[in-house]
Amino acid sequence: MTTLSSKPPIPSEAKAALLELDSVSVRLGGREILGDVSFSIRPGEFAGIIGPNGAGKTTLLRVILGLVPAAGRVDRPPAIGYVPQKLEIDPDVPLRARDVVSLGLDGHRLGFTLPSRRRRAIVDAALTDVGAFQYANARVGELSGGEQQRVMIAHALIGRPGLLLLDEPLANLDLASEQEIVTLLAKLAREQDIAVLLSAHDMNSLVNVMDRIIYVANGKVATGSTDEVVTTEGLSRLYGHHVDVLHVHGRVVVVAG
Amino acid sequence: MHYLIEPGFGSSGPVRVALLIGAVVAVTSGVIGVFTVIRGQSFAGHSLSDVATTGGAGAFLAGISQFWGFLVMGAVAALLMEGIGAQRRRGRDVATGVVLGGALGLAALFLYLGTLKTATSGASFTILFGSIFVVSPDTVPAVVAAGLIALAVTALLARPLLLTALSGDIARTRGVPVKAVGIAYLMALAVDVSLSAVAIGAVLSTALLIGPAATALRLVKTPVKAMVVAAATGLAATWIGVLLAYDSSYWPPRGHGWPVSFFVVTLVLAGYLATYARRPRRSARAFKSPHEEAAECSPA
Repeated sequence: MTTLSSKPPIPSEAKAALLELDSVSVRLGGREILGDVSFSIRPGEFAGIIGPNGAGKTTLLRVILGLVPAAGRVDRPPAIGYVPQKLEIDPDVPLRARDVVSLGLDGHRLGFTLPSRRRRAIVDAALTDVGAFQYANARVGELSGGEQQRVMIAHALIGRPGLLLLDEPLANLDLASEQEIVTLLAKLAREQDIAVLLSAHDMNSLVNVMDRIIYVANGKVATGSTDEVVTTEGLSRLYGHHVDVLHVHGRVVVVAG
Repeated sequence: MHYLIEPGFGSSGPVRVALLIGAVVAVTSGVIGVFTVIRGQSFAGHSLSDVATTGGAGAFLAGISQFWGFLVMGAVAALLMEGIGAQRRRGRDVATGVVLGGALGLAALFLYLGTLKTATSGASFTILFGSIFVVSPDTVPAVVAAGLIALAVTALLARPLLLTALSGDIARTRGVPVKAVGIAYLMALAVDVSLSAVAIGAVLSTALLIGPAATALRLVKTPVKAMVVAAATGLAATWIGVLLAYDSSYWPPRGHGWPVSFFVVTLVLAGYLATYARRPRRSARAFKSPHEEAAECSPA
């Protein structure tokens, strides 16, 4: 693993790690997808898994979820909220936003859910927390990408997990929705002490809110603060060939050399 | 001058059996069909009904009740489809198609042997297109029990099925045995298709499975309401179909009732088409955030 800093300046460093990966590697079909990945996430931390498409970000998330077998040690919290990249749900599926959030409570159990005033209040509160209350009764398949993201975040958080995992939550969003979702996630991390770990292929909308970056390239990761990791030297070492890290109009651009 | 309800409708034994079987079939198909449509398994549902033809024809050759043939063949096919079927929808469709092809080949053989046995096409017609009026009263308890079991299994699996439809990965993360749930559901579907095959024929049983559910999905927004509306739509189509079929023996050619399956399937289709006559439903969303409207208006 390419650790560029042994002690990343993370505010919640005093807390015990919520999620810890130690020397994790994944081989699929004889090919190494990820090699020797180690990092940890603490409560309330906002971390981004950043890297080009095909670098292994989704595989890394699936390892954390326990959906992909991996060598090495993964200590995960008992409950993880997960927001997949895309819902494969048609507009005519009869699930309202509130039904989806309700499934977050006990969708894995057998039997029917009986409606109750208490359940309704819990679901309403979860929808309000993410600013999705006004479309609580709309079919989830009819909502826009940003609205679906909010509903799925409410679905993931209603079981009160300590860790929220999101796979490319900003892909396919317009710029304004992207900024809104980032602000919402940062607020949830700060105010509810939830660790947020998301993957993204572009780091720019996240630079100001990320406590930690986990940069994935070439099946390897580098972790630390953005300033430590995203440097010409650091990323060149990770990619195994020269890349330039440029700062253009306040945006970070990684250019393959 | 004929009546809407022709004389003797209420006192006829076969009619009473038909109404009872029809009710069980319609309600079971309505509820299960909602999940079939949500899960995108209409093709699997239709294939199971085609495969039931093989079982029905085999049972006829063996001289046992066709219901058991439908049931056994449907269950075997369901296991094969989900067993071979990959996690992805397309893989599942391919597995379904392969199983379907093999089964229909057998059906062709069985139906051919069946015509040699009796030298009439009556049995083939009943297997393919059903005849709710000739259901043996002995079969009724088995049909009712099978319907209730299929309904109970579906009700038990309702939440995991919805969660899996939302996202298989979320369901897996939450500890749902996605594959086992899929197999259990497909078995319930196979049982339901066997019931429908008894009532309206193996080939047409998809109509009661998909039609009422698709109609309901166009009308209501929640899973529970969809199941209620689908069951009610199917029930109406089946009972009115039975009534019209009974009446039709007074229509030309006099003395020969029209097939009940024709009426049921036509009514189901009419119900579905009728939903298009409604004005387009205004979206339930209260408002769009300003930037989204801006994004929609922007030329890019």
